[in-house]
Amino acid sequence: MRLKDISINNLRRRKGKVFFLILGLTIGITTVVTLISITRMMNEDIANKLDEFGANILILPRSDDLSLSYGGINMGGVAIDSQRLKDSDIPKIREIEVRENISTVSPKLIGVMEIEGKKVPLMGVKFSEEVRLKKWWKVHGAFPKNREEILLGNEVAVRLFKSTGDTLAINGKSVRVSGVLDETGSQDDFVIFADLAFVQETMKKPGGVSLIEVSAFCNTCPIEEIVSQISKQLPHAKVTAIKQTLQTKMEALDHFKKFSVGISIIVLLIGSLIVFTNMMASVNERKREIGIFRAIGFRKSHVVRIIFLEALIVGLIAGIIGYALGLGVSQVIGPIITGMKGGKIFIDPLLAIGAIFLSSLIGILSSAYPAIHASKMDPTTALRAL
Amino acid sequence: MSLIEIKTLNKAYESGDERIMALVDVDLNIEKGEFISVMGPSGSGKSTLLTILGGLNHPTGGDVVVDDIPIYKLSLEKLADFRREYLGFIFQSFQLIPYLTVIENVMLPLSITERTNREQVKMAEEILERIGLRGKGRRLPDQLSGGEQERVAIARALVNSPPILMADEPTGNLDSKTGKEIMDLFKSLNEEGQTIVMVTHNPENTAFSTRTIFLQDGRVNGNDSKK
Repeated sequence: MRLKDISINNLRRRKGKVFFLILGLTIGITTVVTLISITRMMNEDIANKLDEFGANILILPRSDDLSLSYGGINMGGVAIDSQRLKDSDIPKIREIEVRENISTVSPKLIGVMEIEGKKVPLMGVKFSEEVRLKKWWKVHGAFPKNREEILLGNEVAVRLFKSTGDTLAINGKSVRVSGVLDETGSQDDFVIFADLAFVQETMKKPGGVSLIEVSAFCNTCPIEEIVSQISKQLPHAKVTAIKQTLQTKMEALDHFKKFSVGISIIVLLIGSLIVFTNMMASVNERKREIGIFRAIGFRKSHVVRIIFLEALIVGLIAGIIGYALGLGVSQVIGPIITGMKGGKIFIDPLLAIGAIFLSSLIGILSSAYPAIHASKMDPTTALRAL
Repeated sequence: MSLIEIKTLNKAYESGDERIMALVDVDLNIEKGEFISVMGPSGSGKSTLLTILGGLNHPTGGDVVVDDIPIYKLSLEKLADFRREYLGFIFQSFQLIPYLTVIENVMLPLSITERTNREQVKMAEEILERIGLRGKGRRLPDQLSGGEQERVAIARALVNSPPILMADEPTGNLDSKTGKEIMDLFKSLNEEGQTIVMVTHNPENTAFSTRTIFLQDGRVNGNDSKK
């Protein structure tokens, strides 16, 4: 028999007490694992829903010339030389190494047209991509389905006195207004949107593109990595990351992370307190027994080892159960919070080991005082009968 | 050279402003192979004497020297080692560990030694056999009768073959028939050379010992030797 056998037998034969000891710690560990898993799910959720937050990479022709501004974003020398980017550049972007992280590639050709005596910006876009990129767009009517249809920004529609169903002439070609955008509060309110190919033809810039907006997200690699890979593909272009688009969402996530940490600390404190009071009560109940150990010749360190080992075993069991439960709970709650589909159980060995380690550590730390208290007990007071 | 030498031993307990003298100038020598009964009324100091002899209770004055070791000059941890090496305790009301089986209770003093599990089991089984508890090693203490529990306590005290066996009212919780059996066991152990110090207030038990020490108000009041 070794000291460990004393600890194990004590735990084995006092099942009720041990149950509550493990329960207290398990609740703490479950909470921590659940919160960490949900934070991760939300992170992933953001990646999947990235298109909703607009583009985060801007590709412009490399130019030292005059600059133009679109939505507060520098567009490089668009006015001077807008021919350097081409339709043929678009497929190249989808050829980068981390291409699976690119969700939308939206090319644009921008120019100024005189329509009914008024100068109006005209933007050629691929509507399928543009609509995916700007999920916040709301339209009265419908998005254009062919090159004979256009979409008006809210302000343009007011100034031109046009609404859905009206027709207007662009460079002598008659086009139909398929829809008018609700006010966006951005530059989009002042722009006429038309099919990219149509605008290229009208402006006599075949295959020309002024800029390309890309929406991409990489969970494991920084956005700079995607930027540098696109730069390699398009050496003649200037590729920039628009960090602020993601920043706000990331900040929101960061707040949640801090909240999770706060909750975890509180729950763990409560868990530790449960272990502490339980261990303390158990030590007091075992005064007599500790007295016997000491009288038989156990050193203080032997008594401390018995109690620590019990705490360690409780911690290990609570850690394993807590991790498993946390995984299960996050599978149930996670989808409700993030709106994602659950189902895939992702076992992260680091989180598993972390949970078990944390649980054991709390077990040991919260029994440190009871253990030392026990070892310092006077064997004679512990053994009243003597 | 006596096995145990007690020189002008004093022990006082502080209780509020009061100072209670539990032992006053006790001088006592115990030789190897003796079977000592310590008798006296309640509060006479006999339990205090036993705990001090057992290295569990620091005296206020005087010395206890066992096998040339002044035990209260040892550090607390060394004193624990001394108890393990020199003493076997039999406590009043048995004091078995309830969640350990009979054989595990007996192996308790061995669990902090270097002995292998096989050696420990062999030693425990030998002593259980000797004490008349063969085949009951896997039971828990609450599945045994009082007399059997007492025997487990004796086995636990003897498993380490300590030079001194200390017993506090070993028959206090037993019926007279079982009590006599236990005393017979003590006697035969003593005849094999085991030194025993026993506290009792049952005069019949003194018949089995080689010497009886009477305590009264913390002082040695008589020393009755049969040899």
